[in-house]
Amino acid sequence: MEIRDLWVRYGSSAALRGISLDVLENEILGVIGPSNSGKSSLLLALNRMVDRIPGASVEGRILLDRQDVAAIADVQDLRRRIGIVYALPIPLPMSIRDNVLFGARLKRRLDRQEAQAVVEGSLRAAFLWDEVKDRLDLSALRLSGGQQQRLCIARTLAVRPEVILFDEPCSGLDPISTAKVEEAMGELKSRHTLVLVTNNTKQAARVADRTAFLLMGELLEVDRTEKIFTNPSDPRTEDFVTGRFG
Amino acid sequence: MRIAPTLTEKIAKGMLMLACASAVASLLFVIVFILAGGFRHVSWGFLTQPILDMGRSGGIAPAIVGTFLMVFVALGIAAPLGVASAIYLAEYTLEGRATQAIRFGINCLAGVPSIIFGLFGFILFVVMLGLSWSILSGGLSLAAMILPTIIRTAEEALRSVPAQYRDVAASLGATRWQVVTRSVLPYALPGILTGVILGIGRSIEETAVVIFTAGSAVQMPRSLLDSARTMAVHFYILAREGISTEKAYATAAVLILTILVINILAYTLMHRVLRGRRAV
Repeated sequence: MEIRDLWVRYGSSAALRGISLDVLENEILGVIGPSNSGKSSLLLALNRMVDRIPGASVEGRILLDRQDVAAIADVQDLRRRIGIVYALPIPLPMSIRDNVLFGARLKRRLDRQEAQAVVEGSLRAAFLWDEVKDRLDLSALRLSGGQQQRLCIARTLAVRPEVILFDEPCSGLDPISTAKVEEAMGELKSRHTLVLVTNNTKQAARVADRTAFLLMGELLEVDRTEKIFTNPSDPRTEDFVTGRFG
Repeated sequence: MRIAPTLTEKIAKGMLMLACASAVASLLFVIVFILAGGFRHVSWGFLTQPILDMGRSGGIAPAIVGTFLMVFVALGIAAPLGVASAIYLAEYTLEGRATQAIRFGINCLAGVPSIIFGLFGFILFVVMLGLSWSILSGGLSLAAMILPTIIRTAEEALRSVPAQYRDVAASLGATRWQVVTRSVLPYALPGILTGVILGIGRSIEETAVVIFTAGSAVQMPRSLLDSARTMAVHFYILAREGISTEKAYATAAVLILTILVINILAYTLMHRVLRGRRAV
């Protein structure tokens, strides 16, 4: 994906101020920055969820496979191509199976075999299959927080997105669940492109191939993760990653 | 001097408990009083026989049929219309002057005395549309009466659905309609149903509207264009004209029981639906 001079405004206040950034195929791009730096607005703009916010406006260009996302008429299709996993796990009040199939079924009916294949494939890719394979008809609300978050990942995977956006996906999880989610992300990048917004700089250091640092709606720098964490070009990046502010 | 917080706590708890107990007790008293007075006179014959001698003897079969038909008509119109309006207001419009004005209007309508709806129904359905005193006129007027309540409760139920459920569905590629039907409505169902049940209750117990628009015929209705009385009207006439206290109490007992059964049925049905979807 290519992002060119992207502005996002809510009413008169700008959350993103002219960001230009590339997201490479099959990489995990980490996005770090203090709160209110525009990280989440960036994600909202990418799959046009920002359209749903009254008063929000977007300027600039976002290209997905050289196609301007603003020009895509079928916004539902765009959102299937660019999936998102939110900060808190939000299982819908239905069974585990129905949760996974929720997005896949929006477009067309699935026959039984197909549905089973989607459920198993998605849950395996989200590292959840072994824990739930015997109770797919259980309410998703009965799962633990970590399991719910992996279920949400499986649900996003089930619509076969090219790009998956993660909006602080582990902020409510314990270290073991976090490790499982990170493991899943590591596997997913072989077939998907991942953008990981995180408040936890260590998480970016662990899983991101490249990392972007946002501050007050501006992109200060983007580079290979080792470089950002060991030898950043901007002193403010160094201050942030070493925990001097943020 | 300051009263110790632990003592305040005890007093507050005691007062609240007392308030709750007296509220429940007075309700129970009314219900037990009616049921005890009424059920002695309820028999199979009372439920199945026609109304004889203006209600002095016989049963209440036509009133039971009239009640169900009228509530059925009212609900068949008001429930879909009300829920659809609520969905439009809550999901398809942005909060603004217009929606505020509409909501204000609906709240006012919900507080209008039922006799006004009776008069409205009489003028519009009975006279202008020429439906005369009939179950149809009565049902339509009752629908107008309960519509604001249903819209209001349904809208509230929809608004209480967390925004994340909508975001999740939309992010997975759902259109607005799919967001509503697949993600929001199932979650809002209990609240919506509460409004519908309130509507059922209000139409069953209503007398003024029914007398104005459906008349008070004692014969068994044969079509929706026949005049008919509901149990509530029957009870009202029996009691007011001093025709038969026994029969009045018996009718009231059947009426209360009907409302109880409808409530239980509705909530059981809802729980089965929710459990079937593994929503709990």
